[in-house]
Amino acid sequence: MSLFYDARIRAFLYQTIAIGAVVFVAWAMFSTASANLAKQDIATGFGFLARQAGFVITETAIAYEPTDTFGRAILVGIANTVKVSALAVFFGTILGVLVGIGRLSHNPVLSRLMLAYVEALRNVPLLLYLLLWYSLIISVFPPVKQAIEMLPGVFLSNSGLVMPAMRWASGFESLLIALFVGAAAAVAIERVLARRRIATGKEMPVATIAALAFLLPLAATLLFADISVSMDVPELGRFRLTGGYHVRPEFVALLIGLTLSASANVAEIVRAGIQAVSKGQWEAATALGLPRSRTLKLVILPQALRIIVPPLTNTYLTVFKNSSLAIAIGYPDLVMVSNTIMNQTGQAIEAIAIFMAVYLGLSILISLVMNWYNARVALRER
Amino acid sequence: MAQFEGFVADPILMAPAARPRVSNRTWLSAYFGTPGNALITILCLGTIFGLAKLAIGWLFLDAIFSGTPAECKVSSGACWPFLSTKLRYIFFGFYPFDEQWRPLTAMLLFLGACGVSMVPRTWGRALAVTWIVVILPTLYALMAGGLFGLTVVPTTQWGGLPLSFMLSFVGLACALPLGIALALARASSLPAIRILGVGFIEIVRGVPLISILFMATVMLPLFMPDGITIDKLLRAQVAIILFAAAYIAEIVRGGLQAVPKGQIEAGHSLGLHYWQIMRKIVLPQALKKVIPPLVGLFIGFFQDTTLVTIVGLLDFLDTVRTAMRDPQWQGIAVLEGYVFAAVVYFFFSALMGAYSRFLEQYFRTTHD
Repeated sequence: MSLFYDARIRAFLYQTIAIGAVVFVAWAMFSTASANLAKQDIATGFGFLARQAGFVITETAIAYEPTDTFGRAILVGIANTVKVSALAVFFGTILGVLVGIGRLSHNPVLSRLMLAYVEALRNVPLLLYLLLWYSLIISVFPPVKQAIEMLPGVFLSNSGLVMPAMRWASGFESLLIALFVGAAAAVAIERVLARRRIATGKEMPVATIAALAFLLPLAATLLFADISVSMDVPELGRFRLTGGYHVRPEFVALLIGLTLSASANVAEIVRAGIQAVSKGQWEAATALGLPRSRTLKLVILPQALRIIVPPLTNTYLTVFKNSSLAIAIGYPDLVMVSNTIMNQTGQAIEAIAIFMAVYLGLSILISLVMNWYNARVALRER
Repeated sequence: MAQFEGFVADPILMAPAARPRVSNRTWLSAYFGTPGNALITILCLGTIFGLAKLAIGWLFLDAIFSGTPAECKVSSGACWPFLSTKLRYIFFGFYPFDEQWRPLTAMLLFLGACGVSMVPRTWGRALAVTWIVVILPTLYALMAGGLFGLTVVPTTQWGGLPLSFMLSFVGLACALPLGIALALARASSLPAIRILGVGFIEIVRGVPLISILFMATVMLPLFMPDGITIDKLLRAQVAIILFAAAYIAEIVRGGLQAVPKGQIEAGHSLGLHYWQIMRKIVLPQALKKVIPPLVGLFIGFFQDTTLVTIVGLLDFLDTVRTAMRDPQWQGIAVLEGYVFAAVVYFFFSALMGAYSRFLEQYFRTTHD
């Protein structure tokens, strides 16, 4: 009995019990599951990934045909998830920063309106909003037969927005390279000029030079490279629109829903971040004669950013995870594709394991990227 | 005194202080002070006016207040008869029509009990015992029946708002002790316990709720030995509990970290062992700090319970959806149901949000 009073032995005992319990539960579940699956004649393992999928995915961010494999279908699902979450994060951040600043405006009408916006979004479930936006799109716009032709070749109907698409015969790659080279050059020039300004105090028209550096490679490529493009203009048939680029209502509803909910969260984070910057900073900037907008841009926001980034990471992760609500309105994201595979193959465990692993992996990736950014903007204490 | 003479005689200091410039800002200048500000005000007022016009037009002016689905079909406004005919279904789902006074009573009892429990003065052991011994069994008896001559209603017929309340409230109530245990595990000095805690918390927080609901509804039956089936509602409830526990653990961890280390050391020097220190010293301080964020989290979970509609449970959002899919009303009441549900969710969420802010204020003014 005296052994039990030894802290080290007790620690060892507790840990052994905990690990033993987890291992036992895992083993029990595994063995019953394999017995059940054998009885129901369901295959196990990931062999199904190489088999032909055979189902249609309405929205494909990467090339996909029903003759492709289940593995490819899952990749399409991942690409769709990433596409909609990345766009929602992008637009949601911009909108959220504007709303968050608007919340702190001295204009009472603006600040109250922004408050109402945030409260309306935060107090109603996202799923409800998704369904609402979706049925709004479906019910407000006319059926395909009476599609509105907004511009020549641009059709709006309850099956989405169809517009002319560019089909690249050649020159797409060189244009892409020019875009990257220009962007890199612009960033480099901005850095060099900033260092020069700090060293010499001389102001240079940074924006103009950077814009030139960005546009020059593009212009050169457009002029000299062999670019051939054909326009794929949609045509209105009897029952459907053929050709062109199709923006589907499921995608639009999901993007709007995710963007708005992200913007409300970002707005609250930005507001809290700005309010956390001490009042003396405002007063000092005002004393220096800076107008309110420049105070915000040059003094307050850089300091607020340090407070804002960690909770912002959480918001981005939430957006990414919330994109799984796509299944409710039929946007083929990772969860919906996995669900289809689950129904076709009966291999529920594998399908769920795959999408959980993908979500987990991408969540960790987003956390790492945001932590890296956070370390960059964090206060360097000397 | 002599040494101050020069000081007192200083002409600048002796001069009367300049009158502070009186601000010429009136209440109007907050709205129309500068051209930019005036533009913002006008744009905002325009937006508000446009939205109000749209809302009033849809809700009242173009709305149909009584009539048949056919009359609603030709009108562009809201269809109130849809709500009035479907209201009981939306609130109670497939619960037997003649017995619907039971979920209604249960819901009123629940809301009343919550209302009383929201007053910090009532907090204490007596309240917890009342909930566990009196309120929860009564609610369950009302819903399930089988006692006092009430007919038995299986959980497959439960639905609507009572189900949403149950999923979120029971979810949080059961997740709280589990979340506290996980937070303690994560802060434990025993590496194996810590790794298990961190592993569970991070895995659950890294995946969407819908994947855990899928696991509970699709995968769990495969893990059960033959002949054992668990009620679908219970499975979803367990999924919500596990999900909530991971998030609660992270909030509680914040509270634990805010308790100074000296408190634990003081406990040790008094000869208390780990559980005594946690129960009597650390947790009371830590939990008090995290009550407002926990209420905030609860708002989120109340809204997240809508996800059970994806795995086929009849929660409030699902009864709204199925009501709109009724062949009689299909294509007619496309927005009414959602708007109504949004108002209900908004009401309860905003109420809890206000309560969370009240608690923050309350704890700030009472000393820690």
